[in-house]
Amino acid sequence: MNTNHYEVIVIGGGPAGLTAGIYLSRARVKTLILNEGTIGGQMVLTHEIANYPGVESVSGYQLSNIMKRQALSFGCEIRSNISIKEFDLSNEVKSFVISDGTTYTGDAVIIATGGRSRTLGVPGEDLLKGRGISYCATCDGDFFTDKEIVVVGGGNSALEEAVSLTKYASKVTIIHQFDHFQAFEHAIAEAKSNPKINIIMESTITAFYGEERVESVDIKNLKTNESLNFKTDGAFIFIGYVPNTEFLKDRVNLNQWGEIVVGPDMSTGTEGVFAGGDSITKRYRQVTTAVGDGTIAALSASAFINDLKKRRELNGN
Amino acid sequence: MLYTNLKHIESAAQYNKILSENENVMVICGRMGPMCIPVYGIAEELEGEYKHVQFFDMEFDNPESYVIRNLPEVRGFMGIPFTIYYKNGVIVKATSSIQSRDMITTILDKEFGAPNKN
Repeated sequence: MNTNHYEVIVIGGGPAGLTAGIYLSRARVKTLILNEGTIGGQMVLTHEIANYPGVESVSGYQLSNIMKRQALSFGCEIRSNISIKEFDLSNEVKSFVISDGTTYTGDAVIIATGGRSRTLGVPGEDLLKGRGISYCATCDGDFFTDKEIVVVGGGNSALEEAVSLTKYASKVTIIHQFDHFQAFEHAIAEAKSNPKINIIMESTITAFYGEERVESVDIKNLKTNESLNFKTDGAFIFIGYVPNTEFLKDRVNLNQWGEIVVGPDMSTGTEGVFAGGDSITKRYRQVTTAVGDGTIAALSASAFINDLKKRRELNGN
Repeated sequence: MLYTNLKHIESAAQYNKILSENENVMVICGRMGPMCIPVYGIAEELEGEYKHVQFFDMEFDNPESYVIRNLPEVRGFMGIPFTIYYKNGVIVKATSSIQSRDMITTILDKEFGAPNKN
């Protein structure tokens, strides 16, 4: 078994993790980023980022690659598309075993695992993903030209994407579990005034049906508990995000939504473990806020490493 | 244009040539979108590992991609990328929409054999 030691191991290669990698490596802190998916995290899901200060317009993919190049140029090491099989955060030296059996150890850890689209988790969803069920309107909208579809959700993404899908679909039915939308007023007004959009409130999808592709869904009224089978050609699901923190349960302090509880310096309460980005407790999840979190976590981890070195010197280690 | 590090297929003729000359081929037909980019990224990483497989991408909006869009195996697909696996020119597997590394390597191992670690 190989063992490789780093001063800081960053878990996650989205904007928070890459920023931490840039700051730490530039400060000559030996840093490794372990990333389970593709570098960039959810940032690559954004076609155009037009509000990142100093950059007029850039795709999430391009910005991810720039950040990755920056991190690599300062000496940061990156291993992506791996999975973490075992890890231990309880000792002074933290350890991670990844899918190929390699063990990495670190004096400090920054968790920046981000989040992922929430799924409904109902029968038929996994089977019909890519066969009428989609989580990306800009990717798959044109497959639904002149078709009738449903959009699940009541936030800004759901309503804005529902309106954008009317460019293709002949009819869009929004299904939302509450009696009110969480989206901004202008998004609600735009959706409600669109003649192609129909709205079903206080309801949820409980099953998807279809052979080769989606043919119908079961819609349950959450107030009356009555269900109806609703013919549709497809479903777009925009019901928010969940933090990628399940693996941290009982290892790091999480709140009731699975978000990592952090202090102002991004410390987690587990010594030597810091966190940042979409996986932590915070209100606004933006590339810019993730970058800020990554910066703070990196500086805090760097300070922690320096203290640790002094402590070890005093102890003669 | 797909700005990936994979080899690109740009015409039906090139597609047919590749299939006739290679035993194990994976083609990802998509756009530079959120469901596609992760699949290209995984394929880029697997290229070095699965040396017995040829990895390609093809732009979904290229008219020449009819060679993939019109395949009977993708009937019912309503999510990009369309990822097609060929053994001696014959389709052995086709998937729609985003896939994880584990999902892709499971197919590669089953259809083309696991990479030689030696």
